Amino acid sequence: MNDTTYVQALNVAGGLFLLAAVGMLSRRQITSMIRLFAVQGVALVALVAVLGVHQHSLELMGVAAGLGVLRVGVLPHLTRRALGAAPAERRETSSAVNIAGSLLASAALVLLAYAVTRPLIALTPSAATAVLPVTVSVVLIGLFALATRHNALSQVVGFLLLDNGITATAFLATSGVPIIVELGVSFDVLLVVVVLQVLTVRLRSTFGTTNLDGLRELRD
Amino acid sequence: MNTVSIVETATQVVLVIAVAPVLTGVMRQIRARLEGRAGAGLLQPWRDVRKLMRRQPTSPVGSGWVFRMAPLVLFATAAVISAAVPLLTTATALTRSADLLVVVGLLALGTVTLALAALDTGTAFGGMGASREMMVLALAEPTILLGVFALSARAGSTNLGTIVTATLHQPLRVLSPASLLAAAAMTVVVIAETGRLPVDNPSTHLELTMIHEAMVLEYSGADLGLIELASSLRLTVLLGLMASLFAPWGIAGATFAALPLAALAFLAKVTVLAAALATGEVFLAKLRLFRVPELLAGSFVLAMLAVATSFLLA
Repeated sequence: MNDTTYVQALNVAGGLFLLAAVGMLSRRQITSMIRLFAVQGVALVALVAVLGVHQHSLELMGVAAGLGVLRVGVLPHLTRRALGAAPAERRETSSAVNIAGSLLASAALVLLAYAVTRPLIALTPSAATAVLPVTVSVVLIGLFALATRHNALSQVVGFLLLDNGITATAFLATSGVPIIVELGVSFDVLLVVVVLQVLTVRLRSTFGTTNLDGLRELRD
Repeated sequence: MNTVSIVETATQVVLVIAVAPVLTGVMRQIRARLEGRAGAGLLQPWRDVRKLMRRQPTSPVGSGWVFRMAPLVLFATAAVISAAVPLLTTATALTRSADLLVVVGLLALGTVTLALAALDTGTAFGGMGASREMMVLALAEPTILLGVFALSARAGSTNLGTIVTATLHQPLRVLSPASLLAAAAMTVVVIAETGRLPVDNPSTHLELTMIHEAMVLEYSGADLGLIELASSLRLTVLLGLMASLFAPWGIAGATFAALPLAALAFLAKVTVLAAALATGEVFLAKLRLFRVPELLAGSFVLAMLAVATSFLLA
């Protein structure tokens, strides 16, 4: 792989990564959010695989394959299962910020990420660190989704978005994450999603809804 | 400006005007077949235009010169754009003034004139259609300008010929994130500008939903024919512009030899885009008018990201 194709592939994967994140903010249907999360997983895998091929590192390619199984297959499947069969739950009915507003906010977050990562890129300017603003903005967008959505499942998806961003940032900013660290983080995320899935099912069976907005008051 | 470029430009304008109604026919035919109807044939829009052109136009009582001028202005702006935009050749006779901003301005001029004419009729539908069209235009404009900036940043110029030539020299640039994001944003804007689903339904005559049709409701005869022709011309030119900006392969330079090949490439690209648009429309319902700002805000964000990435990523 020569240098131009490397930079191109890295940029395309980065662009898809960001586009999927913004797309998730623009969706009301939780199912299509999950589908876009899987697409973003593909972009993340491509990002890591391109890095692995460029550095001739078998370890990174193995990590990419593992990430693919987890983030394109297992996590979307688990969230979809937590969604259950209730059709009323498939649509985000209330969000603190409306769709047009959250899209404009995501544009502002991207600009913020660019401003914030400038000194980081200046430390070691390379093709990999040039994609850093994209991954940091995905972190910010994930945080935004986590904060503004009211449905428990969209919050889970927001959390996964945040984690995708953190993982991508880790791979791009360092010269390679040790496989044991990545393994630990991945298991953590998997466990969090399993726990949250159980929690969502319990929420629904107790209250009949997963809208967290209704859980503000304490009752005895 | 030399003979070669004048002949090439004339060929381009004639070809585009001849093809535009056929392209509309192709889209209607694809839609009809996918919906299980037989369809009226590819040449039906041309037959409609010919029939309308022979008839005498009428104008509502009390309407003035704005109403009479609007079809002419709409058609003239579309024709000038089809001469300026590099569809067959990058060396059109208007190359020096074929700025992306000029093209956007001409498009807006046509739309605004039509809206003024709709207001001039003094009917309720005309005013409603005009106000809706202005809303869509006002929301689409920032996206177009940002998309223009994103595309011109990599070429260093807003001249269309320069942008297309730069893309021809570096084909991999098409795959850069900035270019892909700009392509997505521009697609939404083209759909909004030409009044296709999900922003506007081109085949509706239901009072509550129409935008473009409400504006042209009072036109008849030759005026209506001109407006129909101009609408399909705008659609063809905009699809051709998308093809030239994001897949410029086959466009001729300042030579005659490549012109037939360029014409074939243009026809193929435009037909593929139109077929994709028509197929997509089958699966879409019209958005509620109050959801349209969401769609256009999305395309604005895409254009904004395109600008950000073209400056900082590529």
